[in-house]
Amino acid sequence: MSCERMESRILGYVDGRLKASERLEVEKHIANCAPCRLRVQEFSAVSGLLDELPVIEPSSEFDTRVHALVAAEPEPKMSWWAWLHVSPRVALVASLLLVMAVYVGYRSSPVQPLITNDDQAMMQDLPVLEDHDLLQNFEPLKELPPPVQADQANEEQPQQQM
Amino acid sequence: MVRTDVQLMLDVKAGDGTSFELLLQRYRTPLVNFLFRMVRNREQAEDLAQEVFLRVYRAREDYVPSAKFTTWLFRIATNLALNSVRDNRYQKLEVSIDAPVTVDAEDGDERPLDVPEKHPNIEQHLVEDARRKMIRHAIDKLPEKQRAAVLLHKYEELDYAEIAKILNCSESALKSLLFRAYEALRVELAPLVAQQAKH
Ligand SMILES: [Zn+2]
Repeated sequence: MSCERMESRILGYVDGRLKASERLEVEKHIANCAPCRLRVQEFSAVSGLLDELPVIEPSSEFDTRVHALVAAEPEPKMSWWAWLHVSPRVALVASLLLVMAVYVGYRSSPVQPLITNDDQAMMQDLPVLEDHDLLQNFEPLKELPPPVQADQANEEQPQQQM
Repeated sequence: MVRTDVQLMLDVKAGDGTSFELLLQRYRTPLVNFLFRMVRNREQAEDLAQEVFLRVYRAREDYVPSAKFTTWLFRIATNLALNSVRDNRYQKLEVSIDAPVTVDAEDGDERPLDVPEKHPNIEQHLVEDARRKMIRHAIDKLPEKQRAAVLLHKYEELDYAEIAKILNCSESALKSLLFRAYEALRVELAPLVAQQAKH
């Protein structure tokens, strides 16, 4: 391995982050290369010095302030697309009711209208609700940094704390 | 069983406030420390960390676990820190026209609780204080992207792939960024490095 190739490996070697094969390559190289050997020593000295900085604790008001910020956020309103994503339980109950209504309606003539006046009134109100919800949801959305795209969706590990 | 960050975040999305509380407890100290080392001002670091949590909370409804939670969290934090460092620089330029900035005004903020008990010897304490000051100063002198890379790598222990995504660069670019940062630190801290390397 060349000294240039070492540049991308030294820090990983010092921190023990290299694969076994890479580690062996580094060890083979530094056995015969004094400048790289010195650099390994000095990088690990730097790493040790960085360990000397103390960890600070957030102030006692920190959590209270976060709670206050979060509490000041508007409650999420049911958005227009949420009407399309009814929870399975609600969908099940609704379809059972529908089946029962159809069955009852079929057996008892004259046929009752399935949609009541109340339902109709509510459905006429829907477009208004939609616009309102859209506005409610819009402002927070444009501020968000998008979650980072990645190909490693499921490899979340419990994070080690300092 | 300990719930992963992603599980907690999905619970927050579903409207569970206690899961947000758990994420807050898990990441408040790492975030405040990272931001403090980025912006060198404790009050500002706490404000920024609060802003990070607020943004996480605001984003909950659109949260999709497409990346590690820490990648997303520290990406928000890093962007806020870099913007803030750039703003500070302009502010400091303006201030320095009128009055000289007092050196190390914010240093007194960083005070480990156990130091006085551990080191009854005042001279030793002063020596350690001077060492820390030197180390902090060396980190401060790094260009901000290098500094962020070092902090995320060294203190947050994120892996190369995560840090590369946070800093929006390739992994090989990140490795060379870190190499240059350690080269600069090695030179800046030469007297301490020489001492350390002897042991
Ligand atoms: Zn070499």
